[in-house]
Amino acid sequence: MTRKERRARLEQLARERILVIDGAMGTAIQALGLDGADYHGEEFAGWPTPLKGDNDLLNLTRPEAITAIHESYLDAGADMIETNTFNATAISQADYGLQEDAPRIAAAGAKLARAAADAFEARHEARPCGVMGALGPLSKTLSISPKVEDPGYREVDFDQVHKAYFDQAEAMAPYVDFFAIETVFDTLNAKAAIAACMDVNAGLDEPVPLILSGTITDNSGRTLTGQTTEAFWTSIAHARPWAAGLNCALGAAELRPFVADMARAADCLVIAYPNAGLPNAFGEYDESPQTTAAHLGEWARDGLVNIVGGCCGTTPDHIRAIVKAVEGIAPRPVPKRPKALRLSGLEPFELAG
Amino acid sequence: MTVSLTRFVNIGERTNVSGSARFKRLIVEGDYEEALSVARQQIDNGAQIIDVNMDDGLLDGVEAMTKFLRLIATEPDIARVPVMIDSSKWEVIEAGLKCVQGKAVVNSISMKEGEAEFVARTKEIMRYGAAAVVMAFDEEGQADTEERKVQICTRAYKLMVDAGFPPEDIIFDPNIFAVATGLPEHDNYGVDFINATRRIKQTLPHARVSGGLSNLSFSFRGNEPVRRAMHSVFLYHAIRAGLDMAIVNAGQLDIYDDIEPDLRQRAEDVILNRRPDAGERLLDVADRYRGQNAAVAKKTDLAWREGDVAARLKHALIHGLTDFIVEDTEEARQMAGKPLEVIEGPLMAGMNAVGELFGAGKMFLPQVVKSARVMKAAVAHLIPYLEEEKKRSGLEGVSNGKVVMATVKGDVHDIGKNIVGVVLQCNGYDVIDLGVMVPAEKILAAAKENNADMIGLSGLITPSLDEMVHVASEMERQGWSCPLLIGGATTSPMHTAVKIEPAYERGPTLYVADASRAVGVVRTLLSEEHRDALIKQTREDYERLRVSHAQGRGAKPRLKLEQARARALKLDWSDYTPPVPSFLGVQVFDDWDLGDLRRHIDWTPFLASWDVKGRYPQILDDPDKGEAARTLIADGEAMLDKIVAERWLQPRAVAGFWRANAQGDDIILWEGQDRARELARLHTLRQQMPKDTGKPNVALADFVAPLDSGLEDYVGGFCVTAGHGEAERSERFARAGDDYSAIMLKALADRLAEALAESLHARVRRKLWGYAPDEHLTNPDLISERYQGIRPAPGYPSQPDHTEKRTLFALLGAPERIGVHLTESCAMTPPASVSGLYFSHPKSHYFAVGRIGRDQVADYARRKGMDFDEAQKWLSPILAYDPRKTVQ
Repeated sequence: MTRKERRARLEQLARERILVIDGAMGTAIQALGLDGADYHGEEFAGWPTPLKGDNDLLNLTRPEAITAIHESYLDAGADMIETNTFNATAISQADYGLQEDAPRIAAAGAKLARAAADAFEARHEARPCGVMGALGPLSKTLSISPKVEDPGYREVDFDQVHKAYFDQAEAMAPYVDFFAIETVFDTLNAKAAIAACMDVNAGLDEPVPLILSGTITDNSGRTLTGQTTEAFWTSIAHARPWAAGLNCALGAAELRPFVADMARAADCLVIAYPNAGLPNAFGEYDESPQTTAAHLGEWARDGLVNIVGGCCGTTPDHIRAIVKAVEGIAPRPVPKRPKALRLSGLEPFELAG
Repeated sequence: MTVSLTRFVNIGERTNVSGSARFKRLIVEGDYEEALSVARQQIDNGAQIIDVNMDDGLLDGVEAMTKFLRLIATEPDIARVPVMIDSSKWEVIEAGLKCVQGKAVVNSISMKEGEAEFVARTKEIMRYGAAAVVMAFDEEGQADTEERKVQICTRAYKLMVDAGFPPEDIIFDPNIFAVATGLPEHDNYGVDFINATRRIKQTLPHARVSGGLSNLSFSFRGNEPVRRAMHSVFLYHAIRAGLDMAIVNAGQLDIYDDIEPDLRQRAEDVILNRRPDAGERLLDVADRYRGQNAAVAKKTDLAWREGDVAARLKHALIHGLTDFIVEDTEEARQMAGKPLEVIEGPLMAGMNAVGELFGAGKMFLPQVVKSARVMKAAVAHLIPYLEEEKKRSGLEGVSNGKVVMATVKGDVHDIGKNIVGVVLQCNGYDVIDLGVMVPAEKILAAAKENNADMIGLSGLITPSLDEMVHVASEMERQGWSCPLLIGGATTSPMHTAVKIEPAYERGPTLYVADASRAVGVVRTLLSEEHRDALIKQTREDYERLRVSHAQGRGAKPRLKLEQARARALKLDWSDYTPPVPSFLGVQVFDDWDLGDLRRHIDWTPFLASWDVKGRYPQILDDPDKGEAARTLIADGEAMLDKIVAERWLQPRAVAGFWRANAQGDDIILWEGQDRARELARLHTLRQQMPKDTGKPNVALADFVAPLDSGLEDYVGGFCVTAGHGEAERSERFARAGDDYSAIMLKALADRLAEALAESLHARVRRKLWGYAPDEHLTNPDLISERYQGIRPAPGYPSQPDHTEKRTLFALLGAPERIGVHLTESCAMTPPASVSGLYFSHPKSHYFAVGRIGRDQVADYARRKGMDFDEAQKWLSPILAYDPRKTVQ
């Protein structure tokens, strides 16, 4: 299946039913209990910085482990899987001294997901398997000063962030069906990522469509940098994303009102993939697949979503339960919003009429 | 979540180094801390967007812009609003775009450097995601005449839209230049701008117009009163022409009507270039206006001042007199041991007397609202003492209970809700009124935060009913159990029983018919003793309603849509010549005289909005309600005097006529004389109730000559408003604690809008469409609709679908022409507005579509290109079936 055909089929499917994406990558890797040597592998055996915890590096050093996770989600019924590239930018990899290797890590991650998806497609004629190239939020942020005494200070600037995302997107472009700019907690970082993806797409015959997903950090209903859901949407709408929505930080119960806001605001598909509840006292996610799936089923019945899945703490069992919970439920109709001048600060602004 | 839905946008100009000497000094000296407070102040003063400009020879623009915007990002009370990144240098703009996470406005780009560069900038802006101000500036220079302004903006618009830039994100700045400079070639600059604005708004869809105001009055530097007058007059006219936003010092504008008339006229002569010596004449008087003040005199009958303080307070409360309330309250306070005793003693005694009179039907709501105004003033005086007392004793405030109230999302009507709020307050309940257009989350968050005892929802238009169901289901989902009160004109016990109560099973849901019931219901719900009985009784009543509703539906079969169509009203077109309107297309009618409109007011609904129900004028002699009605109308008339004399409201109207033919249940509006291309399509709904033989099943389309008749027929449409000016003034009243006047003004604005709709319709019949040139009807005739032709409104029985307003509004250009907008639920804002279609056929008449079947909903959705579920949602008040059951 060519990427063009696959995207057309997913587009068609999204009109007929609710699509399901995969669950957590990070917590799935944690569960493998890998040690330092697994992360370093042969190539980085003598690397001066300890690499344990650099999950994206496993694309190079333990590719079969990542492939197995992808496969487990495809078997569970996911229509789309996300690449293991959440931190595969020069800026985030610099924490491990691996800034030079970031594009290679990104490309490797994209290839692994592509291969797993293609293999699955080969076995299941009727099931297109999309690959979402994950562009995560970075370890440095454009809207917040790390120095309390100097609020005007920034660790990075827009051009550096743009460059980091550009390199990552360019490396993944040959393999992925979508760019997924996700877990956005600083919309300015996301805007740099959008510009980067647009710039990569400008050089491609077939541009890679964008998926944007923000993160509401608590019940105040705002991103870490203070935007409401609708203000977030307004700030990223120029990307004309294929899908937009929310993920991470909250469990489904807490996330719901903000997904509802997104469902009203966004004139594209709505994607939402919450954590498996809130972390317990030990920092673990223990919401059962049934509970998560029950919430998502309710969102589906209430017409809030087009694409669902799981974030931190969710497992193939969660995805299986979610697939079942949303089966046969009509997807949210994409609303046409009247044209209006819409702007945003932390809050949305609309000049109506 | 708050979305600011606005009509005219003030852009703060104080964070502009060229607009504010103080800001410039702060930036140059590097005092960014203080510079931030300038930004904060502007927002406090009402700026909805802040303009940031660092263009100055002393500054590194890129650095200053970057630093200031980064600092703003960390100040939530400033970062709340969007930023306008203002510079003549592209690199400064780009630096700014790299610092804002929100969607900003670029100010500005132009074709000064040619088309290629202009298009390149346009594309860059799309990459960052921002709106753009486009100056009317090209290779030849800045546009000064109307013609050049329009021509340049049109060329720029086309280039941008072709490059993929969203037209709704384009804001034109057609250049405001200084007038009254002494040079005659500058005299028409104001007019040029205003006319260009009008043409841009008419011809370039979705684009906006903005302007920087300070240039205009450049000749009068140093004379603030004259500058302010010029700015206010200019804005007044430019906004009417379609100006959407302006960079102004929000704190320094006068209200148009408050400008001293002589000054206003002279300024107006200058702005509108009405006489060659206008500039000199303004200069002649300029020196006179440096700091002025108005004094207000008062008079009163003082017999009641003889009594003791308790008697005086009671008198003031019953008669709604505020003149002495502060001194009387103070006297009572000094006599009492504690300030609370004043409230619990004489004030409550007075309010109890009011309550008794009210309960006995001897006082009516408007009077009670006036009493509340007095009570509020008294309590306001006591609050500082109460708080001091509280601090001293550690006592909590006394409240009988807390009610959170709101008009639901998508709806702007709040007269009824405000009345209920006031009445509850005078009965000692804490009311947290969240205002209008409030989303469910905000209502529930406020209820939680305030630990509310109950929640009250209000709404006027039918889509609000769905929103109420949504709130109810959210309450269910989140596990609420507090009572939910439902009120408002379209709500009913039946809807509450059938739709809302089943969505919220955890707690009681109660329909409250009017304000006079509200107190009783709230009191009972808060009483341990009586609460359960009321809830049980209500549940039983609603269950009975549901049963009868279900039976009612079963007992009312519908015709199949084809059957109903076969029985359409078939008018005889063979012998009919449709009248031809005097113009085709759209015209604005601004020449309304408020004094004339007031004579066409229908007082019956005015009284009803105050819960004084009965037919005018008979009600004036009613033994029970007569006095209340008379007082209310007298107070209404008194306020009308002011509305007319001081032009509080600006009535505006737009009407249009189009070539039209019916096709099935649709009405096609044609673009040209050849009737070949469709301009738009109106969709109508057909009655499906079984009728006696010979009685037709009507749809509005039946009143228009069908395509195959070969006749050239026409349809009209209109939108009128009397609401401009109402919101600001009502809010001022409400802020001053004068809810009575606030509600009065809203009620009167509603009636004036209806009167305006009647007057316009009369003009349509006699002149504009001209099919009844000799008609002479009296006001009662008009009210009972004894004339030819109808003006049905979307959302009313003849066309219950509110969304048809979207088509109508687009055809009329109502938002840009007269500033009437639609909310997402298709409520008109300002609320005191009326819109509808015109049909001229002598057999056209009002009717109710009644309930319709699933087949028509599906057909209608298909014709409208609307999703079935969405159509079903909008039509939910008239479904003849239960949409939750899959197949009938």
